[in-house]
Amino acid sequence: MGHRQNNTALKELLYRIADDLLILGHRNSEWTGIGPLLEEDIAFSSMAQDKIGQSLVVYQLLQELGEADPDTVAFTRNAQQFHNCQLVELPGTDYEFSLVRHFLYDHSLLDRFRQLTGSGYQPLAAIAKKFMGELRYHVLHADTFIKKLGTATDESKSRMQKALNHAIPFALGIFEKSPFEQELITGNIFVGEAHLFEIWQQEISKIVSDTDLELPDLDFSRAKTGGRTGKHTEHLQPLLEEMSEVFKLDPGAEW
Amino acid sequence: MKITKDQVFKWLECVKDPEIPVISLVDLGVINRIEIDRNNKVTVEMTPTFAGCPATNYMKQEVEQVLSEKQLTFEVLVSYESPWSSNRITEKGRQALKQFGLAPPPKYQVIPDLEILDKVNCPYCDSSNTELKSPFGPTLCRSLHYCSNCQQAFEQFKPL
Repeated sequence: MGHRQNNTALKELLYRIADDLLILGHRNSEWTGIGPLLEEDIAFSSMAQDKIGQSLVVYQLLQELGEADPDTVAFTRNAQQFHNCQLVELPGTDYEFSLVRHFLYDHSLLDRFRQLTGSGYQPLAAIAKKFMGELRYHVLHADTFIKKLGTATDESKSRMQKALNHAIPFALGIFEKSPFEQELITGNIFVGEAHLFEIWQQEISKIVSDTDLELPDLDFSRAKTGGRTGKHTEHLQPLLEEMSEVFKLDPGAEW
Repeated sequence: MKITKDQVFKWLECVKDPEIPVISLVDLGVINRIEIDRNNKVTVEMTPTFAGCPATNYMKQEVEQVLSEKQLTFEVLVSYESPWSSNRITEKGRQALKQFGLAPPPKYQVIPDLEILDKVNCPYCDSSNTELKSPFGPTLCRSLHYCSNCQQAFEQFKPL
């Protein structure tokens, strides 16, 4: 294993990806059955299914690197052990926030996987290529709705703007640096959060400029950070409890 | 008697996608490789279409079922080393999808711009006067479209 010396750094990167996917997948699934349109109900449910499926694949990579099995990792850790950014754990109380989060986060994820297709860690490069194909549909969906609702009525525009203003500081937190940032970059595993942030910023600015919405200040000093090191909002623990409710009834159950 | 890869491929042609029962796993392109060692042990490596596809485990069990009926020693693996793309669907598979009422995914050289989703040929009347209704449909691998020519909704097996 040529990457043994980078294992801690690599695991941290994999955990942040897998945990983001699992938690956002769970939040997306909360629209199942109550989406504002049937197509949107299906869209959020499908994106949830994609993301949770992808998280499983990344947890399997972690298992190969010596971590516990995916169910144990997903269902038995507490909030402080999760590496997801705070953006993905926030409740999707209204639809506009869920859409805006989906737009901001999924662009970053597509960009992240695009960069990871060149990763020196081959198993990650292989899945990155695959996940990019799946995520392009998520981003297509997000861009379509940002453009539609960001140019429609005064009400839609003001609600989208409010959601955008609320989400941006949390979205900046996606790019909180890993303590192993330099190691990942020099080890040719990942280009690093700062580089990713630059690409993401250009992409979302371009889409938002096609709407009547105004992109808030993207100065990183406004970022809500901490999620990557286990500091979460009060919303994560209740989500984890709900998510693991069935598992905890009988952890040894065979399905 | 020594078995061959061709034989195993033939057997696996009987295993259909549970959600699209007209296409075999071989024509769907999810069988990565088949190895047969000197002791006649068969190894089949599969890969899912979409990572979140709930049919993956079911398909794996079906493959295991077929191999165990032949009373072979076998191992079925699911791997992402060589990930699936819709280009892997065979010509026979594409025809089967179309007859089933699902527009087959276009074959591509470079990763296609998703704008191609807006002019998918209708599987019923072949018109390209169609529009994308939603990139998400009844299963992860399908999108929703509408044909303005024959005025019918239809689904496409998404290019990936």
